[in-house]
Amino acid sequence: MSRAGTIRLLFVVLCVGALEAACRGGLISPQFVIPPSVMAAHLWQLLIDGTITADIVETLSNVLMAVILAVSVGFVCGAVLHSLPRLRRAVDPFLATYYAVPFFAFYPLLIVIFGLNALPIVTIGFLFGVVAMIISTINGLDRIPPVLLKTASVLGMGPVRTALMIKLPSAAPHLFTGTKLAIAYSFIGVIAAEFIMSSSGLGYSIAYAFNSFDNRTMYALMLFIILLVTLINAVLYMWEQAIMQRRGS
Amino acid sequence: MRQILDSLLLVLALALVWQGLYWLAGDLALASPAQTFARAAELLATPSFWRHASETFLALGYALLIAVTAGMGIGLALGMHRLSGEVAEPVLVSLYSLPKITLYPVILLLFGLGISAKIALGVIHGIIPIIIFSMGAVRAIAPVYFKTARVLRLSRGQLVRTVIVPAAIPELVSGLRVGFSLTLLGVLIGEMFASQRGLGYLVMKSIGTLDVPTMMAVIVMLALVAVLISSLLLYLDHRLHRRAL
Repeated sequence: MSRAGTIRLLFVVLCVGALEAACRGGLISPQFVIPPSVMAAHLWQLLIDGTITADIVETLSNVLMAVILAVSVGFVCGAVLHSLPRLRRAVDPFLATYYAVPFFAFYPLLIVIFGLNALPIVTIGFLFGVVAMIISTINGLDRIPPVLLKTASVLGMGPVRTALMIKLPSAAPHLFTGTKLAIAYSFIGVIAAEFIMSSSGLGYSIAYAFNSFDNRTMYALMLFIILLVTLINAVLYMWEQAIMQRRGS
Repeated sequence: MRQILDSLLLVLALALVWQGLYWLAGDLALASPAQTFARAAELLATPSFWRHASETFLALGYALLIAVTAGMGIGLALGMHRLSGEVAEPVLVSLYSLPKITLYPVILLLFGLGISAKIALGVIHGIIPIIIFSMGAVRAIAPVYFKTARVLRLSRGQLVRTVIVPAAIPELVSGLRVGFSLTLLGVLIGEMFASQRGLGYLVMKSIGTLDVPTMMAVIVMLALVAVLISSLLLYLDHRLHRRAL
């Protein structure tokens, strides 16, 4: 492991240890924060007796749906916008300011339109992720070296072959970044939507545990989400490194 | 000029889609653009609306102040010290993609109901992208600047003041733009479920009483203000980046 990695691990272990000591030593009241070891033990128990399995499956399937929609729609919109310069110039200012619009304010509206089911939640996740994917796709297509396109036309490649053999591989790192962002944003959108107004899912379970003063379940679920997000990040990071290495850059 | 015209055409098209959705979905789900703007004009004339608005923007102001000063300070420091930057970066990226709303109960326990909880939620949303952008800004500074500073025997304070901050300003503004959007989001989320004041509360209340026009009017006004501020920052961002080249 690299030096920075070792220090990082030590740092995290120290922080968790300090929290544990502060909770055990009575510095922090258990009504406020419970010791990390208790969080982990309770999470383990919840996972084993299956009380939260349904919520996990529900949240993850919502995120998955939102990500698939965001990535595919975002990619198509990005490619279309890239090929229509006039429309793109008109849309550009909207894309750049998109994330300034507070979407969660639209969530109640979506519930009124779709009803209280998974659809508004997936829509919020989708809305959150899609524009990151559009922007990344446009960036990736912009950065294709012109010489590659010239080579394609010299070799007499048709538009389909150019797209498959030149454009896609060349834009791949940007598309990967877009997918990564879309996953992170959809996750945030789905959990937050469940938290605000829903009847199931991880976000809802945290809000429910909070409202019924069930600190142990609340912290166990928070720990679960933190671990899950960290794990997803680590996997994507390693995958990205592998792609970069293969490309020799 | 043609570009502005095209953008206006796009706004018109969006308004038409909105009107079409209204005809499809009906009064209970949506308000038409005309109804929404009429309601917005009414709201703008009532003093209670301004009380909610000023509460929201006060919280946003404090949150931005804390997020920007602390975020830039931490980001610049991490950027200047390579090893701490390397240690912190993956942790920061992980925190960035964490749904911070899950930490809301902890914030509520810490700060109680009221404006400080909203400010805290705004800060934790906004501060991380500002740190990441500031750190990247310092790392992207050409090494020759640092060498020159060493040759001139600049002290650490002088180095920050006369070299690092001016060189990093375009990136700092980009970070500010992202940070602004997220801070606003955090403040509104805070208002949406544990507050008796503010625009987020107003939206939730009008949902509770099925007052669709008020809800839409508040959302549209919020979106307009957010887009306006963000466009100003974007304009500044573009100008600074072009000057830097």
